[in-house]
Amino acid sequence: MKRSWNGFVWLGFGITLVAILSYFLVFLRFPVTRDIPWVTFALFVPAVWLLAAGVNRAFGQPERYRGRVAGPILSTLSMALIGLFGYFAFALTKDLPSANAALRAGQRAPDFALADAGGRPVALSEILRRNRGAVLIFYRGYW
Amino acid sequence: MRGFEKRLPDFRARGVEVVGISVDSCEDSRKLCQSQGYTFPFLSDPKAEVIRRYGVLHARAGMNDQDIARPAEFLVDAAGTIRWVNLTEDLRVRARPEDVLKAIDTLMPAAASGWRHRSSIVHVNDRIVSSSP
Repeated sequence: MKRSWNGFVWLGFGITLVAILSYFLVFLRFPVTRDIPWVTFALFVPAVWLLAAGVNRAFGQPERYRGRVAGPILSTLSMALIGLFGYFAFALTKDLPSANAALRAGQRAPDFALADAGGRPVALSEILRRNRGAVLIFYRGYW
Repeated sequence: MRGFEKRLPDFRARGVEVVGISVDSCEDSRKLCQSQGYTFPFLSDPKAEVIRRYGVLHARAGMNDQDIARPAEFLVDAAGTIRWVNLTEDLRVRARPEDVLKAIDTLMPAAASGWRHRSSIVHVNDRIVSSSP
């Protein structure tokens, strides 16, 4: 009897990939799904279940199902990806120094003059003279 | 940043300028603005002096242990007073433009300051400041 293709392990691996990609492409845009990536982790559940079931039947019924090579490889890859994502979401992006030194509401915003993308100096005082206010967005940069 | 660019007309209509600040060089900022289509000013603070003064330094977190900024948003009124601050504890979690617009409408209502929408100020391609020597 010809052994049938073990779709569970491939589907499980596919869902793992989709879960992680969709976080960066879609769910990162919405605070509800970004701050705690619950959609991503919810997708990991069926992925892990399918992988486990797939590996289980590949070894339990080797006469019926293939996947004794692909199953463990894809499972290991998926676990590594899930682990990396967990590390990213729960450790890496929270690795920030204390913000105690930051200026607070009510304090004066120190004036400054910095060069813009065209190399021309831009002063905060000048922006505030011409506008009702300013939003200063400090960002990490792309170095 | 993309979100702020998209909502730029809403900020300009409120008379509020959006400014990005990082340790990136002018050249890097220019490339970023060109590739992403950003039209608001991106300022270069390569030695992180202003970043340090605002207390948002993330020491040695950049490439080659460079000091960089931690993400933060400050809303400053025309008198130079900080009215609202957003400091994140997670790089994935930043203030969205809607949060800042809400803060502007709550803390700096236009009616109270006598602000009148002036079209001369909302030209998107206007250089906001260019104090050439």
